[in-house]
Amino acid sequence: MLCLDNLRERFLQGNMRALAQSISLVEDNPELGAKFFSLLGLPQGNPRIIGITGPPGAGKSTLTAKLALALLARGERVALLLIDPSSPFSGGAILGDRIRMHELSGLSDVYIRSLSTRGSLGGLSAATARVLRLLQHGNFSTIILETVGTGQAETDVVMAVDAVVVVAVPGLGDDIQAMKAGIMEIADVFVVNKADRDGADRTKLQIEAILGMQEGRRVHPIQVVPTIATTGHGVDKLTQALDDHFAYVEQSGELARRREKRWHKEFSAYVANILLGDFFSWANSQGIGIMANADWAEIEVYGLAKQATAQYFTERMKRHVEED
Amino acid sequence: MMTEGMQIRVLVAKPGLDGHDRGAKVIARALRDAGMEVIYTGLRQTPEQIVEAALQEDVDVIGLSCLSGAHNHLFAQVIELLKKHHAEDILVVGGGVIPEEDIPLLKAQGVKEIFTPGTGTLAVVEFIKKHALPR
Repeated sequence: MLCLDNLRERFLQGNMRALAQSISLVEDNPELGAKFFSLLGLPQGNPRIIGITGPPGAGKSTLTAKLALALLARGERVALLLIDPSSPFSGGAILGDRIRMHELSGLSDVYIRSLSTRGSLGGLSAATARVLRLLQHGNFSTIILETVGTGQAETDVVMAVDAVVVVAVPGLGDDIQAMKAGIMEIADVFVVNKADRDGADRTKLQIEAILGMQEGRRVHPIQVVPTIATTGHGVDKLTQALDDHFAYVEQSGELARRREKRWHKEFSAYVANILLGDFFSWANSQGIGIMANADWAEIEVYGLAKQATAQYFTERMKRHVEED
Repeated sequence: MMTEGMQIRVLVAKPGLDGHDRGAKVIARALRDAGMEVIYTGLRQTPEQIVEAALQEDVDVIGLSCLSGAHNHLFAQVIELLKKHHAEDILVVGGGVIPEEDIPLLKAQGVKEIFTPGTGTLAVVEFIKKHALPR
């Protein structure tokens, strides 16, 4: 078991292994993680957090590596958080995004970490918010979060970051696909990667047309940037588009609003977790309990949930009165 | 499946210049199916790259796969670099085409186990579960 004071000391000295061990700590154990956060105090830096999302095979990892290189070249310190899915059967995972990151190895101002979703379905893991918070103590100017390959509904990333880059590729379907709610709505910057392929111009035009219809919802125009991630083509334009985005959200106050929303979301997720854990420990301590008595096939599930929750609150209140 | 608490994290790495990673991929899948988080970094990695990835990813185990015959040299370098970074607590195992007579030397250097062709994946899983240190 790690000694938290010792870990904190090494972490604050900038020891890379201590950073890695701290991430494991907050990822594995929210309770110990909370203790560690209280030792760290408030973060000193104010890194930009950028999310990269898009369908599997769109080139997210390659683009992420190229974007990181561009930021490093202008003197930034960059952390990369790469999420891959866990197996629904074993809970294990193969985390393979580093394969595309070889250009970043041996560089001192970059830190790369792979995380498994550990059963979460929104494109991130339940611990991602905590890990991002920890990285804010790590003296980075930019943190890039790469989600799992996404379909249409994995939009958790929008609540976790300051800027969302949606990576599209040519040939994934007609423009109706682009009009669907969900992933197409969350972009602050669009990338059309593999821009040397047939249909790239059309994909860009289709996205721009859809964005045109949404006008009025946002003052700041969303840029659509063609890239070829394998060669790095267009990455300078992507960097510029992100700078434009940050200039806008910082000045308009939207960045502060987003960060406040993020805080609320993390807070309510923890409340839900704590309540749920307490409910089930109560339900199990009832021995037979409502749950075990129920012949599940015969019972309307929502009604039982309401009844059980009501009983839980009544008994919890009673206990509090007795304890007082 | 929702998983909580710690999971064993393993770096499966291919040091050196051989271009065959089927064995490494079979092992990676077996470890995944045993509930572990496996970081795979691809072909032709230098010992420096391997140790850097192991430290950044905070792995409990490094599995080295080498088919080129350069295992004595490459595995030893990985062990040396781990020591240099005070990370000798990370369990190192190896696999690949490795002659019997090389095994005692590799183990003396600090490789905890060598799995040669024909080893069942279950044996590798069991060994790692038994020897990976709890965090």
